[in-house]
This record gives sequence, C-alpha cells and structure tokens, in this order.
Amino acid sequence: MGELQRTPLFDLHLELGAKMVPFAGYDMPVQYPLGVMKEHLHCRAEAGLFDVSHMGQVILRGESVEAVAAAFEALVPMDVMGLQVGRQRYGFFTNAAGGIEDDLMFANRGDHLFVVVNAACKEADIARMKAALEPGITVEVVTDRALVALQGPKAEAALERLAPGVAAMRFMDVATVEIMGVEAWVSRSGYTGEDGFEISLPEAEAEAICRALLEMDEVEAIGLGARDSLRLEAGLCLYGNDIDAGTSPVEAALTWAIQKARRTGGDRAGGFPGADVILGQMAEGAARKRVGLLPEGRAPMRAGTEVYAGAEGGDPIGAVTSGGFGPSVNGPVAMGYVSAEYADDAKELFGEVRGKRMPLKVVKLPFVPANFKR
Amino acid sequence: MKFTEEHEWLRVEDDVVVVGITEHASEQLGDVVFVELPETGTEVSKDDEVCVIESVKAASDILAPIDGEIVEVNEALVDDPGKINEDPLGDAWFFKMKPADASQMDDMMDEAAYKAFVG
Repeated sequence: MGELQRTPLFDLHLELGAKMVPFAGYDMPVQYPLGVMKEHLHCRAEAGLFDVSHMGQVILRGESVEAVAAAFEALVPMDVMGLQVGRQRYGFFTNAAGGIEDDLMFANRGDHLFVVVNAACKEADIARMKAALEPGITVEVVTDRALVALQGPKAEAALERLAPGVAAMRFMDVATVEIMGVEAWVSRSGYTGEDGFEISLPEAEAEAICRALLEMDEVEAIGLGARDSLRLEAGLCLYGNDIDAGTSPVEAALTWAIQKARRTGGDRAGGFPGADVILGQMAEGAARKRVGLLPEGRAPMRAGTEVYAGAEGGDPIGAVTSGGFGPSVNGPVAMGYVSAEYADDAKELFGEVRGKRMPLKVVKLPFVPANFKR
Repeated sequence: MKFTEEHEWLRVEDDVVVVGITEHASEQLGDVVFVELPETGTEVSKDDEVCVIESVKAASDILAPIDGEIVEVNEALVDDPGKINEDPLGDAWFFKMKPADASQMDDMMDEAAYKAFVG
C-alpha cells in the first residue's frame, strides 16, 4: 500500500483531535472527540461540517455545455441535456452488463459540466471519461480545490453569514458565490438526508473558511463514521457496499434517477452502457431488489449478514449490504438486497447474527424523513 | 484490581470476581449500542466468548478471563449500553463470576503494568 494522501484540511483535523483512518487512499477523520453518536445527532439537530476533499472534482468543457451534455449522455442513463443552467443531478456510470461503475453528482455550471465522483473510483472514472469524451471534450481534473459539506437544519443560517444569498438556493441548485473573498462553487445538496450545501473551495483558503464555520455555535466537525450512519438512515447508497459493478440501477431501486428522456419511449431512450439490460429490467423487473431492513431487536445487523425467509432452514434469500446503529432512529437499521418475491413492504424476514436467526422487517427507505429545501 | 491483555478488569468482592472492560477499551470501541450478556449459572472456561458488545463501529466479544460460574449479570447495560462509555470501571461492570481457581488471576497485570501495556 502506498503513502496515504492528505486533503488540504489534514492539519485542521489533527488540531481538532480527529481520529484518522485510511479511506480510499486518503488519511481521513473517522471521528472527532465528540464521537460518532453525538456527531450524528448534532448534524440532524444543528449543522455539521464534513471534509469530502478526497472525492474527485472534474470539469468537462467542450464547444458548448450542450455539446458536453450530449456527449456525457453516452456514459450515464441520465437526462443531462435537459439539465438547466445552475442545476445539479444525481447519476451513475453504468457498464455493458447494466452494473453501476460509480455514482456521482453532475451540475450544469453555464459553460461546463461539473462532476463529483467517489474517491475510491476517481482514477477509473477519469480514465473512462477521457476515453469516451476526448478529444472533443476536455476532461479537467480539479486538484487545487477542497470540497466540504455543511449539512443540517442550521446549515443555511451558518453559510448565509459568510455568503449572503445562499439561503435563496433550492435543493440541487448550484451557484458560484464569494466566501471570505474567494470563489466558492456551492450546491444545495449533500448525502445525509438533511438540508445543506456542498462547497468547493480553493485549497489555500479552505482551512480559514472551515475555521470560520466551526467558530459558529451551531457547527461541529463531523467524521466519516457519522457520515456513514447519516447516509444509511437517509437510505442513500454507499458505492462499494450497496451498489457496485454487479448491481443494476433497477436492482438498486435507483430508477428514479433515470429520467423519462432516457427510458424506453423517451426522446433519447437508451444510448448508455448496459441500456438493453437496464431498460429490460425496468420493463420486466429484476430478480432482486435493494430494500430497507429494520431489525426488530437491538442487535445491529452489519454488512454481510445473511437474510432468510424463515426462522429455520432454507437458503439465504438476500444479504445486508449496509447496517449498523442509527442514532436518530435509536436502534439498528440496515439495507440490503432480497429476492424480488420477498421485497414487499412489511415482509417479515430473518437476519442471521452470530448463528442465530433474528427477526427483521422490510421497510420503505429512508428511515429518517428527508429534510431538503425543495 | 487486575487487568488482562484483552482489556478487561477484574475486581475481587468477597468470593466473587466482578468483570468489566477498561477505559482504554471503551474509548477504542466508541459509542456502545448493544450488549448481549451470558445467562447466570453458566459454567465458563477461560477465553470462552461470554458477551457480545457492539459499538457504532463494530462487534466485539468479551472473553471469560478465568474459569468459573457466571453468578450475576448487569442487566442495566442492556437498556443503557452507553454506560459502558460513561463509567466503564464502575457502574458498567458486565458480570460477576465465582472463580474455579482464583490463582488464575495471580499472573495478571496490576494497574501500573496495564498502563504500561496500553502505552
């Protein structure tokens, strides 16, 4: 294993007393002295600041943003051409087998598309974009900017103090704003189920801006531990756990992210990798489905826990892909894949923990209602 | 008080031994969210897995530090696992054992040795 990379906020994490762990090749804060549980609850009640600078930030430029959008549609099953200036969408790269190569956010920033991809996949994503889009489109990897997320019901009030006007942004709006004299690329989005912002900042000024936010009473630094429990309660997928190259968007219950224009009968139906498989599954259904799983007892059911239809015997009908304790739910929560015939809401199933079958129930996601400013 | 390399503490109270986990262990685990305790009356051997504790991060086993019989368990931990982070050396004891052979504790670390062990 090579040397771990550091984000522009590394020194600040150490100063704040973070416990650092390797994550996707970076030395990242898993928790601060507050601890995972309190960090999680603080983010849901007030505002939390996350360093997500390990994620890949990529700018796609071409003759026009329309030309870039048209070209990008060959890689993702999303309606990119229909995305208005100043708006962002969730999406994913697919492969020829209909699997998901990575999930991402993309925004129309007027004269270019801005794409944010997962840290663990970014090298492959960049290579994929270069191979498919160059030379007509330039793939510019942004390496001199930090990325932070400010999440929670008080995120708006906190950021408004530094960037008057951001309160007027709606969910999935993007804007270029000035924060403490520097250019920030702000989107009203996040991955916690809470209202909030994702903010790309020049690396040299990122620490000062984070300090200004952390000085506010309502803002606490939040590590990867709470980021994971927050996104799990929000029913959001973690790439590599809940979705991967072997899971299709239909299996993963992510077809909401495939707009009408790209579906069968749409203006630009298909035309992305694995379209035949994905559109076929949309018509006929998939053999398995990602669902919320609520353990009935207190014991957490972690990733890998096998799911059974009955209390005894039989083969597994599914497995947990993300699971743990949900601090806001105040109990265990999980998600995973089950065979389609067991995917109905309220279905009673069993998860095997330490050799014992414990009851769990199929539930609708999210576990905690989303708090977006639509 | 005696300490094990598994980060448990043992305190002798008359003819029983009270067992819990150390502050160092509770800090390493993070917020504890679930505890499964053994049944009272169970005969256990040293290194048997007798309890499961789960934190926000992971599941861990608590091993029997000596041979003996579990004579009492701390049911309060089941309803309030967070006690293990708040008061690991006091209120948050796990179980009491009647030792089969109390001399098994002779070679265990004292507080100074344990402090050196965890650095």
